[in-house]
Amino acid sequence: MAQTLQRTPIHDRHVALGARLVPFAGWEMPVQYEGVIPEVRAVRTDCGVFDVSHMGELEVEGPRATELLQATLSNDLGRIGAGEAQYTLLTNERGGIVDDLIVYRLDDFRYLLIVNASNRDADYRWLKEREITGSDVRDVSSEYALLAVQGPRAIERLGLPDAEPFTFAEADIDGIQCMVNRTGYTGESGCELLTVADDGAELWDRVLARGAVPCGLGARDTLRLEVCFPLHGNDITPDTDAISAGLGWCCALDKDFTGAETLRDVKAAGPDRKLVPFVMEDKAVPRQGMAVEGGGEVTSGTHSPMLEQGIGLAYVPAGSATPGTELSIDVRGRARAARVVKRPIYKREERS
Amino acid sequence: MAATESYPDDLKYHREHDWARIEGDEAVLGITWFAQDALGELVHYEPPADGATIAKDTSYGEVESVKAVSDVIAPLSGEVVAVNQKVVEEPETVNADPYGDGWLVRIRMTDPSEVDGLLDADAYKQVVAES
Repeated sequence: MAQTLQRTPIHDRHVALGARLVPFAGWEMPVQYEGVIPEVRAVRTDCGVFDVSHMGELEVEGPRATELLQATLSNDLGRIGAGEAQYTLLTNERGGIVDDLIVYRLDDFRYLLIVNASNRDADYRWLKEREITGSDVRDVSSEYALLAVQGPRAIERLGLPDAEPFTFAEADIDGIQCMVNRTGYTGESGCELLTVADDGAELWDRVLARGAVPCGLGARDTLRLEVCFPLHGNDITPDTDAISAGLGWCCALDKDFTGAETLRDVKAAGPDRKLVPFVMEDKAVPRQGMAVEGGGEVTSGTHSPMLEQGIGLAYVPAGSATPGTELSIDVRGRARAARVVKRPIYKREERS
Repeated sequence: MAATESYPDDLKYHREHDWARIEGDEAVLGITWFAQDALGELVHYEPPADGATIAKDTSYGEVESVKAVSDVIAPLSGEVVAVNQKVVEEPETVNADPYGDGWLVRIRMTDPSEVDGLLDADAYKQVVAES
């Protein structure tokens, strides 16, 4: 039986713009407007806006909220103060990744977690089951709309002051009150604007009026892959650990959190396989699930509009993980040459 | 730039969204406006080898957009006499001109009677309307 898809507060705007809508994580979402390639270029050269209202928001509050999150999230909240944010992982006992998310420290007793749409329920249950007296976990996703405004001119177009990445502040954008988060999933500067659901469509209109190009999930996936941000469900899952995924940098192994011991062991022994970025040397587009010769698997793949070649992320044996290593990928029965590269795959040329 | 929707009357169509332009005992093949629009901007074309034999209703190549790959179905059987190298080099040519510069292969038909089984433009537009 067909499941009813949820719609974001911006849905009618997407329809009016002629977006191609697809089901994604239980939501009807725009995958593209004009096309993936022009949308990627808009974000890399100017400014694009994405409706990411499908993402989940969890609020964790109380005198022991910090204690609950320190025990369940991999990164150390002691490194951030009020007004700062942090990329972190929700880990299971095996060191696997339940979700990756950004935690915003509202004050010492209140946090906002912005999580993947597909994991919103799992994350909520995971935290709720581990709740301790003095901490309260609430799913507040339906109260908000979230727009990601990304690109080298995003901040200027919104008329916002410069600010450090991974900070946030309240601001008024053309009369609409927003929480402005200096975060994103494209590798460009910019921000994510959180506002009450009822103001979402108005905010979208005003951001477009300021010259942002509407962009869909297709461009978003391509942009994040060009800069090697992992996608949960593809590159990282409850069965992959943070060390093998190259996310050791956001695991504070000197504190205790779920799965920390396993992760210390993996780190000490060295992972058997590693998630590496690669580019195609032959003309071909790698896709999720394709085998890498010698043991290994592509977890994300696409065509990079900026590099005009196939790119991807793959788990390969640790011995094949060094940048420069030649790989052979089985592209529907044809062996195609690829090469391991350094992160990020795409980096803007230094401007003179 | 993307082309605007059209289904020329001088072509024959296959319901898998492929077209054929009959030229004597040869035919030029490609994908329709509907197919390229559904795929989005093409970024890769995996053509058959020159001289390869292709069979009606089976895949003879692949076209790929940023997001998806699709088999190209042969509307007719034959031997490949030319592959459009322009599309190999610049796959987006198909989006710009699906019935002209964006042709995929030229074949020598092995069974010209197969042409009679193809759809005309009006019948194909029905297929598109029901898609």
